[in-house]
Amino acid sequence: MTKVSMTVNGKTVSGEVEGRTLLVNFLRDDLHLTGTHVGCDTSQCGACVVHVNGEAVKACTMFAAEADGAEVATIEGMANSDGSLNTIQQAFQDYHGLQCGFCTPGMVMSAAALLKENPKPSEAEVRDYLEGNICRCTGYHNIVRAIMAASGQDVPAVAAE
Amino acid sequence: MYNFDLVRPTSIDEAVAALGEEEAQPLGGGQTLIPTLKQRLAMPSKLVSLTAIAEMKGVCKTDDNALAIGGGTNHATVAQEAAADFPGLAHLAANIGDPAVRSRGTIGGSLANNDPSACYPAAALGTGATIKTNKREIAADDYFQGMFATALEEGEIITEVRLPIPEASNYQKFEQPASRFALVGVFVAKYADGVRVAVTGASNDGVFRWSEAEAALSSDFSAGAVDGLSTPDGSGMISDLHGSGDYRAHLVKVLTKRAVAAAS
Ligand SMILES: Cc1cc2nc3c(=O)[nH]c(=O)nc-3n(C[C@H](O)[C@H](O)[C@H](O)COP(=O)(O)OP(=O)(O)OC[C@H]3O[C@@H](n4cnc5c(N)ncnc54)[C@H](O)[C@@H]3O)c2cc1C
Ligand code: FES
Ligand code: FES
Repeated sequence: MTKVSMTVNGKTVSGEVEGRTLLVNFLRDDLHLTGTHVGCDTSQCGACVVHVNGEAVKACTMFAAEADGAEVATIEGMANSDGSLNTIQQAFQDYHGLQCGFCTPGMVMSAAALLKENPKPSEAEVRDYLEGNICRCTGYHNIVRAIMAASGQDVPAVAAE
Repeated sequence: MYNFDLVRPTSIDEAVAALGEEEAQPLGGGQTLIPTLKQRLAMPSKLVSLTAIAEMKGVCKTDDNALAIGGGTNHATVAQEAAADFPGLAHLAANIGDPAVRSRGTIGGSLANNDPSACYPAAALGTGATIKTNKREIAADDYFQGMFATALEEGEIITEVRLPIPEASNYQKFEQPASRFALVGVFVAKYADGVRVAVTGASNDGVFRWSEAEAALSSDFSAGAVDGLSTPDGSGMISDLHGSGDYRAHLVKVLTKRAVAAAS
């Protein structure tokens, strides 16, 4: 076992991990931050996306020990300080960007990474960025609309087509 | 996953020393190795992470007009930093996997793995790159030795890749729709002394150079020059549920034409 410490959503945390402990297991099992989901565990679905030092990564495809000293952000840290939903989360609610909600934590974290890098993406850029985030319910249109709305742009009328 | 020790050295020397132990294996971005470990297809006793080694990261232009990329540089960084000097390579890096894969996966890991459908092998072979390791320099023409096989020895790590910057280049990737790896990918690079064409995803022997196209394009760098060539032989090409060997062979020609037309 090795000791790791990192900042998760602004708080310093530490714990003992095995070499093989994945970041997602450390977050969920040790820190009880179960908002980060495991959809596939094979690096394909993006339900486990978190930010490590500001970059979107799949927490099921990174070892916890590799995040030693890093700043990690998860879905639990996304809400505003008064507990209300942040802009992206609120847009997902307003535009029905979720149904079962399983993919949503990863979608929101990917959307946040996209908007940080590209504050006014085109619809095509949003779809391209979400290439690694799979949703089994929504058909994606409303997720794309939510992200466009969160970026302060006009929302394409795709869902009505 | 079987358990193992994970160490995070901060210099190449320390990493090489740690890899001297039996059953030790380097860990790059883990985007291939971690799924492999989960399937218990590998059982190292120790993983030597290369991600904390600053001297293995970064992109810079050399005096002899090559791009030198640290072996531990992730795809996202290459996409960004190569954009001005070598747009063909930046575009290739920007289309590997998805954003989360690009923030972890590295050029060294991709070349060490030499997946027959991976993108970087086409760029390395298509530019005649030099693969630098902790021990030696290997020319791309000698480095790739068939599917998942390379000239690397046990414990040898890729510390840098030097790719001569072409006058014009382009990579065309025909995506396998489920994995989004290349069903076929073609990298074309034009230099003052000739054109190189490297094909990934197609052959059972891994990445290869299409010499007939190189000869034709070296005398006439136009999509029309490819038209006159016969389609490469599909019998040695990968045949699976995504496409037959003949289908892949056909794509090689189509994508080569597209790459020439789009080269910048
Ligand atoms: C969903 C998904 C989609 C992907 N799509 C594509 C795609 O479209 N195109 C594509 O090309 N790739 C794709 N990949 C693969 C990705 O590019 C990997 O990052 C890459 O192949 C391996 O790099 P890595 O740094 O993650 O290496 P790792 O997974 O850490 O290691 C791979 C192998 O290389 C060895 N190794 C690692 N670094 C070094 C080094 N510096 N020197 C020597 N040996 C080393 C390891 O021991 C291991 O055997 C995809 C991966 C995923 C998960
Ligand atoms: S759980 Fe990590 S990508 Fe699916
Ligand atoms: S809302 Fe159910 S998987 Fe996306």
